[in-house]
Amino acid sequence: MSFLDKIGLKKLKDGLNKTKENLVGKVNRLVNARGVIDDDFLVELEEILLASDIGFETSEKLIEKIKERTLTDKYVDQDELNKLINDELKRVFYDTTSEFKTFDFKSEIKPFVIMVVGVNGVGKTTSIGKLAYNFKNAGKSVLIGSADTFRAAANDQLDIWAKRAGVEIIQSNSSSDPASIAFDTIKSGLSKNTDVIIIDTAGRLHNKTHLMEELKKIKRVMQKVIPDAPHEIFIVIDSTTGQNGLNQAKEFSNALNGLTGIILTKLDGTAKGGIVLKINKEMKLPVRFIGVGEQIDDLQVFESEKFVEAMFGK
Amino acid sequence: MLDDLTSKLDGVLKKIRGQGKINDKNIDESLREVRRVLFDADVNYKVVSKFISDVKEKSLGQNVLTSITPGQLIVKIINDELIKLMGSEKAEIKFSDRIPSVIMMVGLQGSGKTTFSAKLAKYLKAKGRNPLLAACDVYRPAAIEQLKILGKQAGVPVYSDLEEKDVLKISRDAIQYAKENARDTLIIDTAGRLAIDDEMMNEVSKIKDALQPEEILFVVDSMTGQDAVNTAKAFHDKLNYDGVILTKLDGDTRGGAALSIKAVVNVPVKFAGIGEKLDAIEQFHPDRMASRILGMGDIVSFVEKAQTEFDMSESGKLEEKLRKNKFDFNDFLSYMNQIKKMGSLSSLISMIPGANKMLKNQEVDDSALTKVESVILSMTNKERENPNLLNGSRRRRIADGSGNPIQQVNRVIKQFEDMQKMMKQFNRDKGRGLMKKMKLPANLMKEFKA
Ligand SMILES: Nc1nc2c(ncn2[C@@H]2O[C@H](COP(=O)(O)OP(=O)(O)OP(=O)(O)O)[C@@H](O)[C@H]2O)c(=O)[nH]1
Ligand SMILES: Nc1nc2c(ncn2[C@@H]2O[C@H](COP(=O)(O)OP(=O)(O)OP(=O)(O)O)[C@@H](O)[C@H]2O)c(=O)[nH]1
Ligand SMILES: [Mg+2]
Ligand SMILES: [Mg+2]
Repeated sequence: MSFLDKIGLKKLKDGLNKTKENLVGKVNRLVNARGVIDDDFLVELEEILLASDIGFETSEKLIEKIKERTLTDKYVDQDELNKLINDELKRVFYDTTSEFKTFDFKSEIKPFVIMVVGVNGVGKTTSIGKLAYNFKNAGKSVLIGSADTFRAAANDQLDIWAKRAGVEIIQSNSSSDPASIAFDTIKSGLSKNTDVIIIDTAGRLHNKTHLMEELKKIKRVMQKVIPDAPHEIFIVIDSTTGQNGLNQAKEFSNALNGLTGIILTKLDGTAKGGIVLKINKEMKLPVRFIGVGEQIDDLQVFESEKFVEAMFGK
Repeated sequence: MLDDLTSKLDGVLKKIRGQGKINDKNIDESLREVRRVLFDADVNYKVVSKFISDVKEKSLGQNVLTSITPGQLIVKIINDELIKLMGSEKAEIKFSDRIPSVIMMVGLQGSGKTTFSAKLAKYLKAKGRNPLLAACDVYRPAAIEQLKILGKQAGVPVYSDLEEKDVLKISRDAIQYAKENARDTLIIDTAGRLAIDDEMMNEVSKIKDALQPEEILFVVDSMTGQDAVNTAKAFHDKLNYDGVILTKLDGDTRGGAALSIKAVVNVPVKFAGIGEKLDAIEQFHPDRMASRILGMGDIVSFVEKAQTEFDMSESGKLEEKLRKNKFDFNDFLSYMNQIKKMGSLSSLISMIPGANKMLKNQEVDDSALTKVESVILSMTNKERENPNLLNGSRRRRIADGSGNPIQQVNRVIKQFEDMQKMMKQFNRDKGRGLMKKMKLPANLMKEFKA
C-alpha cells in the first residue's frame, strides 16, 4: 500500500500517478537501459525535470548534484537515484510552522481573517468553498465575503458554494464596491464573533496597476475594523501555470506587503505544478493547500514531504 | 514586471559579435542562452530541442555576409524560424451555408471559454452575423448565469435550460431554437474539463458527433507551462479542433505555450483574449508572438495601441502648442491622461523593445503618475499656464496643498522642463519613422521611474 492510500488522497494519487509514471517510470527505464549515468542519461533526465515546470535553474542545480555524486561512481541504482532527487527537492522546499496542519487549528485570534487572491480563473472561489467546508467540519463558524464585484455571476457562484458548505456569506452586487463588501464582512464577523472569515477577491492580472491598487484598498479597509487583518493572504496558483507563476507571486506580494501561503489547484490534471518549488524557494512562501478536483471535499492540507515523494519518488 | 531576457540575449550575442564567423563553438554558446530564454518563456522542452537544432543547422550553413555580424544573423535566423513555426497567415473562423453554423468552445477549467464565447458573439455580431449563445456547462456553479449576464452585455441572446442536465440535449435544442429564431451562428460554451477525464471528454465528443460543428476552438490560458502540449494534444486527438484561442495575453507572460501547441498539433491560433471586458479580443498575430516569446518586445502592438488610444485631436492640439512653444502644465496633464488611457506604465514598457534594458533595476511605479497629477492639480491656473511663475513660496504652497514634500514638487517641475525639451526634440524629429516616435513614451516613462 502506498503512502497515498494510507492518507487517502485518492485524487491526488490519480493525478500524481501519471506524473509518477512519467518521472520515476522514465528514470527507472533509463537506469535499467543503461546501467550507468552518462551524459545522455543526464540530458534525458533534464528533459524529464523541465517538463514539470520546476524551471531551468532548479533543474540545472539538480543535474549538477547528480553529476557531482556520480563523478566517483558512475553506477547509481534506482533507489539511490530516486533518493538523490527526492532529497534535493525536499531541500528546496521551504516550510514554516503553520497553523494549517489540520483544519481545526487552534488560534488565539478571532475572527481569523483569510484573504484569497490570484490571477483570473485559477480557482479562488472554488477553493474558498472548499476551505469553508473544511473549517465548518472542524467545528468552526465561518463567514465568507464576496469582494468580487466584477466577474459576471461571481456572487452567485460563491453563494452556491456557501450553501454547499453550510456557511454564511456577505453578498455583493455589481454596483457595490469590493472594499466596502470586505469592510462589511469583517464588521459582521466581528460582531458575531465568527471563528474564520474568508474574503474572495476578483481575479486580476498582476501587471494591472489599477486592479492591484484596488486590492490594496480592500486590505486597508479591513484593517480599519481589525488592525492586524488579514491574518493570512493566500495566493492561488493553477498547477498548469508555467514560469509566469513566479511573477504572479512576486507582484501580489509586492502589492499586499507579503503573502502567507500558496493554494495549488487543479493537481488532479496532468500538470505537475512544479512552479511552486521555484516560488517557494525564491520567496520563502509555503504551499498550504492543494486542490485535487471540483468537488467540495477536493482540498487537502499540503505536506511537502508527501508532495515531493508522490511527485518524484516511490 | 520587467525582465532581463532581452539583455541576456544581447549579452551572449555581444560575445560572439566580432568573432567574425559562425562556428560550432560560438553558436553553441549563444544557442544555450536562447534555449534558456525559450524555457523561461514556457516553450515545451521537445519543441525547444527541435528548434535549437534547426537554428543551428541553418546558421552553420549560412554564408556570413561581411555587412552583418554573426550576432545579427543568428537573431534573424531565430526570429525567422520562430515566425515560420508560429505560422504567418491570419486564420479566420469558418462558416458554412448551414443555418446555424456551429462553433464550440472546449478547454481546461478556468481557461476563459465562457468569456471568450461572449467576446466572439459580440465580435461576430459587429461583423453582421446573428449569433446565439448556448449554455452547455451544467456543472460549474452559476456557469449558466454567468453566460446569461455576458450575453446581455454582448447584446446576444443566450439559450439555456436550467432543468436539463443532458448537455447533448441542450445543444440540440439550441440548434432548433436558432433555426426558429433566424440565428445563423450558434456558439456553444462547454464546461471546463481535464483531458484525462474520459467521461467528460466523451461528453464533448458526443456533441461534436451530433452537431458536426463548423469550428471547434480550443481555449487555452497563455500562462500555461509545459503541460500545454499534453492537454492540447489530448483534446486534439479526441476532437480534432480547428483553432486555438490564446487568452489572458494582457498579462506579462511570454506565452511560449502558443508556440508549443502550434508545433505539436499544427492548428492555427485564431484569436487572442487581451482583457476581461468583451471587446478585449484581437486577431492573433503570429509574428508579434514570436518576438514576445523571445522577449524582444511587441513593438507593432505598441504602436497600434498608441495609435488607437491616443486621442488624435488632442495630439493635434498638443502639436500646435509645441510648434508655438506653448506647452504648459495643462498640456502635461492631458498628455499624462492619454498615457494612462493606454494602460499601466509597466504593461506599456513590456511592449517597448529595449525599454526594459533602459530601465534596468528600476521599478516603474504607476503611482508616480498619481503623485505628479496631485502636484499639478494644486497649481493655480495661472501657474499651470506660466510655469515660470513657480518661485520658492509658490512651490511650498503647492507642496502643502498637494500633501507632497517640496522635493517632489521640484522634481515634477524638473520633469516638466525635461519633458518640454523632449517635446521640442520630438517636434524636430517628427516624421522620421516609427522608431523616433517610440522614444517619446519610452523617455516619458523613464521620467517616472521611482
Ligand atoms: N479539476 C479541478 N478544477 C478546479 C479546481 N479548483 C477549481 N477548479 C475549476 O476551475 C474553474 C475556475 O474556478 P474558480 O473558483 O471560478 O476560479 P477563480 O479563481 O475564482 O476565478 P475568477 O474569480 O474568475 O478569477 C472552475 O471550473 C472550477 O471548477 C481543482 O482543484 N481541480
Ligand atoms: N485578463 C484577462 N482575463 C480573462 C481573459 N479571458 C478570460 N478572463 C478571465 O478569466 C476568468 C475565467 O474565465 P471564464 O470565461 O469563466 O473561464 P472558463 O473557461 O469558462 O471557466 P470554466 O467554465 O470554469 O472552465 C474570469 O475571471 C475571466 O474574466 C483575458 O483575455 N484576459
Ligand atoms: Mg472567483
Ligand atoms: Mg465557463
